[in-house]
Parts: sequence; C-alpha cells; structure tokens
Amino acid sequence: MSEQGGHGSTSVTGAQSLVTSLEAAGVTDIFGIPGGAILPAYDPLMDSTRIRHILVRHEQGAGHAAQGYAAATGKVGVCMATSGPGATNLVTPLADAHMDSVPMVAVTGQVGAAMIGTDAFQEADIRGITMPITKHNFLVTDPADIPRTVAEAFHIASTGRPGPVLVDVAKSALQAMTTFSWPDELHLPGYRPVTTPHAKQIKEAVRLIRQARRPVLYVGGGVIRARASRELAQLAALTGIPVVTTLMARGAFPDSNPQHLGMPGMHGTVAAVAGLQKSDLIISLGARFDDRVTGNLDSFAPHALVIHADIDPAEIGKNRHADVPIVGDCKEVIAQLVALLTAEGADGDYEAWVAFLAGLKKSYPLGYDTPTDGSLAPQYVIERLGAIAGPEAVYASGVGQHQMWAAHYVGYENPNTWINSGGLGTMGYAVPAAMGAKVGMPDTTVWAIDGDGCFQMTNQELATCAINDIPIKVAIINNESLGMVRQWQTLFYNERYSNTDLHSKRIPDFVKLADAYGCVGLACESPDEVDATIEKAMAIDDQPVVVDFRVHRDAMVWPMVAAGTSNDEIKYARDLAPKFDEVEDDWEVRA
Amino acid sequence: MSTPSAKHTLSVLVENKPGVLARIAGLFSRRGFNIDSLAVGPTEHPEVSRMTIVVNVEESPLEQVTKQLNKLVEVIKIVELDGPGSVNRELLLVKVRADAATRGAVLDAVQLFRAKVVDVSPEAVTVQAVGNADKLADLLRVLEPFGIRELVQSGMVAIGRGSRSISERPQRPVAVPAPASAIKPIASAAG
Repeated sequence: MSEQGGHGSTSVTGAQSLVTSLEAAGVTDIFGIPGGAILPAYDPLMDSTRIRHILVRHEQGAGHAAQGYAAATGKVGVCMATSGPGATNLVTPLADAHMDSVPMVAVTGQVGAAMIGTDAFQEADIRGITMPITKHNFLVTDPADIPRTVAEAFHIASTGRPGPVLVDVAKSALQAMTTFSWPDELHLPGYRPVTTPHAKQIKEAVRLIRQARRPVLYVGGGVIRARASRELAQLAALTGIPVVTTLMARGAFPDSNPQHLGMPGMHGTVAAVAGLQKSDLIISLGARFDDRVTGNLDSFAPHALVIHADIDPAEIGKNRHADVPIVGDCKEVIAQLVALLTAEGADGDYEAWVAFLAGLKKSYPLGYDTPTDGSLAPQYVIERLGAIAGPEAVYASGVGQHQMWAAHYVGYENPNTWINSGGLGTMGYAVPAAMGAKVGMPDTTVWAIDGDGCFQMTNQELATCAINDIPIKVAIINNESLGMVRQWQTLFYNERYSNTDLHSKRIPDFVKLADAYGCVGLACESPDEVDATIEKAMAIDDQPVVVDFRVHRDAMVWPMVAAGTSNDEIKYARDLAPKFDEVEDDWEVRA
Repeated sequence: MSTPSAKHTLSVLVENKPGVLARIAGLFSRRGFNIDSLAVGPTEHPEVSRMTIVVNVEESPLEQVTKQLNKLVEVIKIVELDGPGSVNRELLLVKVRADAATRGAVLDAVQLFRAKVVDVSPEAVTVQAVGNADKLADLLRVLEPFGIRELVQSGMVAIGRGSRSISERPQRPVAVPAPASAIKPIASAAG
C-alpha cells in the first residue's frame, strides 16, 4: 500500500534512500557524529544540498541541539549517531525530549542484520533501551521499509502530544540496493490522536467558568507546543481570569500582563502558588499536575474543581481527578472556550479574587537580597541580561538555581523564547540546546544561561559553535558549586556541604577555556560591570561569547515549597511564611 | 482505603510486529502494574495479534493502564471483558504421581473434572485440563494428595459472549498524508 503512488523508482542504496527520505520529510538540519554502522548514510549525506549536517563533539550534544532546535522553531529536531555508544549517548536527550514533549527524530546506525544479537562490536539494543523513553521507535532491517518508516517517524514525532522517535537502521539495510518510494499516506491503525475537543465538555467547562468565583488558568507547556498563545491571550482578556505559567510554559503569556501571577510550584511566586492553592476552579491547559507544581498532592488546591484539557488522555486524571476532562489540542480547546464564552457571556464575578491575588502579588513580589559585601547577586545578572537582550531573544538554561532565576527574572513576552529541561532536569542542557536554537533561528540572539556545574558537562559544543558559525552567547552563573544541591544542604542537611564545592572560580579558567575553543571569553564580578559586560557580549555577533559571571555563592532560590510538603507551607524567604490563609474565611468554600 | 484489589481481563488487539510484547511488558513493569497472566496469539486477521492480560488493579489505576496501553502506537484496541459477559479458559498440564495402587483414584478425579490423560508412565500420569481458574484450582486440590511432580499452566484467554466481534474491521486504516508532501523528493541516481 505504501509503495503505491510513490515518487521515483530508481535503484538506490538504502543509505541514499534514507537521506532522500529525510529530505522528503522536510529536514534541513541534522546534528550528529558518524561512526561504523551509520557510515554508509554519511556518504550520500555529503552530497545533499537540502540538509546541513552539523558535526557535534558528543552525541548528547547532538540530541540536546535537536531539542533546542525543535523548541525554538516548533519543527522536528533531528540528530544522528552510530550504533552502540553513539546511540546510548542519545539516551539522555531522548528521555529529556520524552518528558518535555519535544518533537524529535533520532536516526541511529545498527550493526548488520545478520550480526544483531551476537554481541557484535558496537552493538547495543537501542530500540529495547529506548522503548520507555521514546514516543515510538523502529528497527529497520529491510531497506524497502526506510521511506515509510521515516515518514511515520516524523508524523508520530510531530502530531498529537509531540515526542521523540528513534529510527534504528541496520548497516546491511543501508548498504543494500532498494528503490526509493515516498508514501503518499500512512497507515497507523493504533495511532489516532484526538485534537478536536468534545462539544459537551466545552459546554460544561464554560458553565463552570461562569459559575466560579476563584478561577485560575493553569497554563502548561502544551500551550507552547500547540502554538496557542494567541488563543490564550484572548481567553484571558475575555474573562479576566488570573494566569499562572508553569516552568514549561514560561513565555506562553506575557510576564508584563497584570493578570499574570508568574510561575507556580516548588519555586513559584507566592501569588501563583496561592492562585492555585486557594482556587475554586483550576482550568488546566496543557499542564500535567507535576509534583513540582502540586507539592503534596493530597493537600493541593483542596477546594478546586478541575477542568483538565490535554491532548494526551493519559495525563487527564493521572495525578488529580478531573471534573471536566477535555481531550484535545490546546489551540482548538481554547479557541472553542473563547467562542462559547463570547456567545454565552463571560460574566463570571471574580473581582474579589482578582483583587486578593493582586494584593499578594504586591505584598510578595519576586525579589532578592543584594549581597552586602559588594559581590554580585546572580539574580541581578539575569535580570539585567533579560532587560538588555530583551524579550525577542531566546534563552536556554541548564538545571538548578540559575534555571529558577532565569525562569523568574528574564521577563518573557513570547512563546518559544524560553528553552529548558523541565521534566527530566538534565544538567548540561543549555549549551547544546542554545546551539540548536541558534541554528534554527540564526537571526535571533540566543543566550545560554548556565551554571558552572552544568556548563562543565557539555561545553565541548563550543567548538562546534565556533567552527560552524553558530554565535551563541553563554552566561555562566558561576557560584563555584552545585548551587541547588548546596541550597538543600543549607536548608535540610545542617549546612554540611558534601561534594558540592566545584572550585570553579579557580579551575577551570572559563575565560581561557572560551578562548581555547575559539570563543570570546569575558569575566565579570562586580555589579557595576554587569551592563557593560552584557552589552559587550551583545555587540559580538560573529563568534560565540562566554561570560563568566562570578556571583555570590550563598544566594538561594526563593520562594520555596520544600519537597513533599503542602503548597500551604510555602516560604517567601528563609523562615518567612506569607499570610494567605485568611482567604478561607473570605469566601464561601465549596464542599 | 483498603478496598480489595480486583482482577480485570483486558483483550488487547495489537499490530503483529516484532517487539510489541516487549513494549507492553515493559510498560506494565515501569508503571508498577502487576500482570497476573498474559497470553498472546494470532487472530482471524494475520496482521493483528491478540493479547489477553489479567491485571490486578483497582478501578482508577485500571484506567491509567488502559490509557497508557492506548498510547502505544502498535496497540489498536483494548476491551475489558467482564466475568459474566465472557468465556475465559486456561490450559493446565500436570504430572501426577500414580502407581498401580493409586492410578484408579487419580483417573476417577480426572474423569470427574472432564480432564484428560495425555501421557502415562509406570509412576505417573500427565493430565490435561481446560477451564476457568476456579475449576483448575479445584482439580489441583483433588490431585494434590497423590503428589504433583510438575505442572505448567497457560495464561488465560477470553472472548466475549454473543455474536459480536471486538476485532471487526480492526484495521479501519485512517490514511494520513505523509509529512512534507509539498517537497517532491529527487531520488538520487544509483552509483
């Protein structure tokens, strides 16, 4: 069936068929490293005029670059690696993309079909290994299956809830002769994502929205993946309902909008945490009630009814019961909510609630202490970076304290401008992800905001950036330690700093390291140099830039809800609990 | 809450492709769902296999099980078969100690349960029995005193009562356009 009506029927190698298939799927950029089993594919790849292959320094870098590319552009990111260790080095990016619903296709070489299962040189059962961390995966041993498999991989990766798909191709299939035939249509009897919501559920949701007194729009990464920011803005403007954006959804709704309460969760703002916790109606849009958002589930938002809209039915009711489940694409769901609310009247009375939250936002704004010794506050660096580079730039981050500060202090106005590892929490994500984003958006300023710990995990990709004219900018928030772990040691382990001191103000010398990699290296350690240093970095656009911001090491991320505790236990700063409990008495609480 | 956990029988139609069993078994193990029994075999459609999975979970985890199964690209359809509305059977082969003195009593038990002797040796008989889990457990209870030397049991298979078929037109192929059909690929000439 797939062979019918295809284009072309010249005899080609499997490798040529693979490259032509990738071209047919619309691929323009691949991040990868060749090796024995994938080698046949690299030969025709050299002749491709449509595909630019970027030779990275480590397969993990290829995977995260494909993720960054996908997150910034919305297109499917592609990475390529050889069998065995090449493929296993993709495991972390695949798991990361799976958690964060990133559309991505990984192509790996596999040992020849006759060798599979013999413990051959560089053999690893990458299909078996990646089953739990991919949306789907394939092993191709028959070259005739290559075009259809590639077409299916791109379709599965980019539709429904996006995710990573791995295509493992045996070397023998790459070497054998076959005919190339791109399918006109795909037959996937078990894969039918529902994108259009059920009208009855929309109606029920609208009824609850009109009745609610304390509703909140709980916006997750699904809104970004569905490109539904415009629809969300309409819904928020129409109803006046306060908005929280999760770590994955930063940028889905402008931070400058007064309705925006900020990010909820373990390090969320007081207003955003209270906005969920004290709500009587949570309207969840493409979010998944992750433990980092809900804290202790049993005490999470005890009086709230839940409207849960998601394209993945398995997310609905997984952690929190949904009173109105809506399966559908966020763009369609929100558009239909807007349409019906417009028709029936968005006449909910939320005035007191909005005023209450505005009060919390005013009483407990995001803030930080400026070190008294004249040293640099990490939050200040990030705040200035956001102000100078502006909301049109793309920001990629690693994982830890700098990630939380980057989520809070940059100030996002646009979707797809904040790229981070949310679900898996992969240290080392920033540099390769920024590289991928810059390849996808060459005319956009791309900053990696990285920690000194994260940076040392993947900075080899600076060589890739320097050589391939990918001028990213890296801000190392250097507190010479594994800062978030250190913060937990401060708070929960009696300040016993077991193995968190990295000494990275001494070793390595990040400026020299940048120089060695063909990048411009800058350093900054006092508040009055910050603006000038950032501006200097902004002025360089023909080379990657690395700035070593040597910051105060004891800065902590606040607010904070300790792991496993209730969101009611949020601390605005150390030993400082905000007062928002009185809300219970002010409103009639629903049973 | 201490509601007793319940057994549910799921009939899962899957594409008959390599690795599907590993995918399903892996999903159960990593999500912490317990499989009581699993049986796989062909169906009336050569491209479709059918798995009968007995899971030991309560209602709300059961919903997660089916939703997670449904996310697997190769899973076509899932139907829960309840006790009264379906017929379910397991196959048991059991080697029972039986010498000249006890063979008669063993054969009586076999007959009582409409089981069958499929192999005889001077010290033992091998009994084949088909039935639901309760019937097989009863048979084993009766045979136990004679001495059970070895036993093997299949997973449960189940089918709904009545004339309807869960695999009617299971393929119902929804054709979707292949990605980037706008780009007409140029097939490179053979080297």
